[in-house]
This record gives sequence, C-alpha cells and structure tokens, in this order.
Amino acid sequence: MLYDVASETMPREDLEALQLRRLQAMVEKVFYNVPFYQTRFTEMGVRPEHIRSLSDLKYLPFTEKQDLRNNYPFGLFAVPRDNVVRVHASSGTTGKATVVGYTQRDVNTWAELMARSLMCAGASRRDVVHNAYGYGLFTGGLGMHYGVERMGATIVPISGGGTRRQVMLMRDFGSTILCSTPSYALFLYESILAAGISVADIKLHTGIFGAEPWSEKMRAEIESKLQIKALDIYGLSEIMGPGVGMECCDAQDGLHIWEDHFLMEIIDPDTGEQLPLGEAGELVITTITKEAQPLVRYRTRDITRIDAVPCRCGRTHRRITRIQGRSDDMLIIRGVNVFPQQIETILLETQGLTPHYQLILTREGSLDILEIKVEVDEKLFSDEIKHLQRMESRIQKNIKEFLGVTAKVTLSEPRSIERSEGKAKRIVDLRNA
Amino acid sequence: MKVEQISVFLENRAGRLAEVTKILAENKVNIRALSLADTSDFGILRLIVTDNEKAKEALKAHGFTVGRTNVVAAEISDQPGGLHSVLDMLTAGGVNVEYMYAFVTQSGHNAILIFRFDRTDQAIEVLHKNNVRILAGSELYSL
Repeated sequence: MLYDVASETMPREDLEALQLRRLQAMVEKVFYNVPFYQTRFTEMGVRPEHIRSLSDLKYLPFTEKQDLRNNYPFGLFAVPRDNVVRVHASSGTTGKATVVGYTQRDVNTWAELMARSLMCAGASRRDVVHNAYGYGLFTGGLGMHYGVERMGATIVPISGGGTRRQVMLMRDFGSTILCSTPSYALFLYESILAAGISVADIKLHTGIFGAEPWSEKMRAEIESKLQIKALDIYGLSEIMGPGVGMECCDAQDGLHIWEDHFLMEIIDPDTGEQLPLGEAGELVITTITKEAQPLVRYRTRDITRIDAVPCRCGRTHRRITRIQGRSDDMLIIRGVNVFPQQIETILLETQGLTPHYQLILTREGSLDILEIKVEVDEKLFSDEIKHLQRMESRIQKNIKEFLGVTAKVTLSEPRSIERSEGKAKRIVDLRNA
Repeated sequence: MKVEQISVFLENRAGRLAEVTKILAENKVNIRALSLADTSDFGILRLIVTDNEKAKEALKAHGFTVGRTNVVAAEISDQPGGLHSVLDMLTAGGVNVEYMYAFVTQSGHNAILIFRFDRTDQAIEVLHKNNVRILAGSELYSL
C-alpha cells in the first residue's frame, strides 16, 4: 500500500520538474532570508537566478554541521522565530548543539513523509506501533510518533529504557511493529526470553530500524530471532529527522529517498566533486520544501550510493543503499551520535587539562559499551583512591549529562595507550570485530 | 616532622607490582614499609623507602606515575590498645585519618604507624601534646 500514490509514483520527468521549481523557490528564499547563505552565495558568485536546471545544483555552496554550530541557536532560520512551532537539537556540549527549527507546515510535511515511510514498510491502520525511539530533543521519538498518528495506526509512545516493561506492554498490547535501533531490538529479544515469554506470544511482524549503522548479518539475526521483517529507515535531524528515506517491504533492498522533498547527490568527500551515478561516496542532501530551516547541499557524512534501478514496489523515488560508513570520525553509540572531540571537551572541562585518552567500543550481547581509558599522569595522580574514583565518576556523569551516553571510565598508566607516529590512537571500535 | 612517602599508580594487571619491586631492587632501594590500595581496575602502591629520590627517578624512567605525599610516622609500644589510644587522641583532636598502615620494628618492642591526615599540622600538634613520639624521615629511612 502507498500512502500518497500520486507523489510516490510520479513519473521521473514530472518529479524532476517539480524538484527544479521547488529548488529555485528555496534558493531564492534562503538568499534573501538567511544572511549566512547570502554571504556564501555571494562569495561564490552565485545568485538565485543562476539556477536554471537541476544540474546547476553543483554551483551552490555546501552546508556543514559546523555551519549549524556557528549559527547556534537560530541563525539559520529562514522565517521569523514566531513562525517556528518546534525545535529539536542534537546532543552536544554547551553551545555546540545543532538546532533544527520547524514551522507548522514543516511538522505536517514530516508527519506525511513518516506516514509514507510507515506504509512503505508495510504498515496499515490496523497496526500497533511500539515506538522505542527516545522522545525529547532527539528527533527519533516524536518524528515517528506523528507519522503513526497521521496514517491512523495505534502508537505506543514508550520511548527508551525500562526494558522489562517494554516487553510486557509489547505482549499485552499486541504490538505489531517495533521501532528502535537495531541493537535495541536484539536486546529486547534477550529480555523477552529472560522474562520467560515465548516469541510466539509477541505479535510483531515488522521492525523499522535506524539511527545506527547495521549490517545484513544483523538483519538476518533480528529477523530469525524476532520472527519479523526488519527494514532500514534513514533520517538525520539536520535534514528533518527519521523518514527522509525508507526501505520498502516489497524489495527490502535499499531506501527510497523522498525526492519530492529532498535532492540527493553523491560526492567525493575529499574533493567535494559530484561522483557519477552509482558510485559510492558521501551523501549530500538539499531540502527543497522546508520552511523554517532549509539547508543547501548539506554534507551528511554518510557513505552510500544511489541506486537508480526502478523498484518493483512501483515507487519512482530512487534508492540509496544501506549506509556503509562515515566520512568523519563520528561514532554512533546506542543510537546516539558522539564525536571524539566532544569527549575531549568534556575531559578538558572536567579536569582542566586534556589527558591522553582512548575510546574503546565493544558490544556486550547486543548493546554497545563505551569505555574511556584515561592515562593518569602526575597532574592527575593522587595517592588517595577516593580522589581518583571521584574523578572517574565526575567524567562519567558529565559524559552522561552532555552526550546522553553511559561510559565506563578506566584510569590507566601513562603510555599504556597505543601511539602511532606520536599520536595516541583515539578510537578502538571492536563492535564488528 | 613529616615523612615523605612515594606512591605509584598501578593498573590492575598481573606483574605490575613485580615490575616496581624489580626496579627498586635493581637500584638497591630498600622498602621500609608499604601498603597497596586497590579498586577493580587500578591500585595505588604507597611506599616508604630508603632513598626516595632514587626510587622516584628510577620508577619514572620506567614510565610509572609517581607521586609524593607527606605522611606522619608515629612510634608506639607494640601492645594491645596501642593503636587505639592514638586514634582516640586524634578523634578528640578532631583530626581525620585518610589512610594508614603499620609495621613492627626489628627490635619487636615498638610499632610504627604511618598516617595520612586531612590536616597534617593539626594532627602533629595533637600527637605532640599527647607525648607520642613522631619519627623524622632520616630515622625512619634508616630504621
């Protein structure tokens, strides 16, 4: 079933004509309403009227995450602040969060696209959707929520945490669709067994998983353990939130990006040059219908490729393949985006200095475990255990507070962290080892 | 009347303590007293040695984090209630003990108590007033 047949199956020619009209309107709007873009365009010698075809997109400047930070909090709004009905923000240390604003129409569009995504995953009005994405500033919970309501299914806004209760309610309410990170789905499976419940008593038929990288191997594991169809969803808060793209249940092979609202490009992350169709590179997205905070050529840092082969589901919107990695050092820990620099900032703020540290990521069962190894040098050392333990717990508390992830802090001896060419190896990711 | 103690940060893994004792042995530094405090992932080795400077340099050269702390060494007679009487005075004097360890002298008549206080000077004053003998560093290292 398709939620919006006309839009989702629009012939490519019509779709591209619509894209161009929307792109031109958007470019004009940001040029005249967002000083940041006016400056950027002017520096590059581009004016809105230069955009005459979709291929002219490449003349426009990129937008990066840092640009959002530099314009914190509302500097990139293209509408007066009173037209903004909601803001979301990513985690970040003070003043460094990336903020996204939505007008009423943006919120409606998001619900529409999320409803499309749900039906793309095979959902219908009869479904009970167990939404374990976190509610709050994070876009996952609320984004999914309004999409479910829009398409008319039943939403269970359980949010994250309290796994035992999640399992009970999932059984008692007869939930049929699970929305969470893929690793949480596996954790729920273990909790179902631990609660003495049989998977047969859980009515789930589909899982919509995103917010962290996963593999085909993990998909197979989730599908066989939970006896469901597991589908990949794509989204990022800067662009909108979940529902930018969705894998269809028909082909289960790549994610349809809703191209009537987002333009895709694949670039070489080093040179910024567009790559030929079908090559793998960094995904760049331009929002063409957003009102509050339109973004021109936003560099997602996600590595993927565009699949232009028509899909058997009948949707004409092209697909991207499963996200293969990142072109920066961002880590995704239990669905939370974490940059090593953020941890460095917290260590600096907690200790008044930057010790040598290493982030070690492992997987215990299905959950990500973050360990921060901190070298104790003479400046940090105390001969009293309680001082050292206080330091550990203070770092831990600040990481939890600012980044929303739980970390285990381990103090280690100087030079115990492996150095290469004098630089300490900052990240050791053993999750897929 | 403070005594210098050196402390060494140790990761909780096999052989680390032996590394320290090996370095001290090679440098002919004798250990007078020691205590080891441990948690699940690290430990702190506190040492009274015959030559602080030499021990510290040698350990640092091998990559250990070494700290120095001022502690107080009190000598009491080795008999039941000896430690208790000292702790009583300190409690009455409002001094808090951060940690302590003890050893018995070779003569066997006396015990040496090594204290780390929150307020060292006040503690020394209390001990003085109560006629507890406090050892100087030189006495302790050459005991």
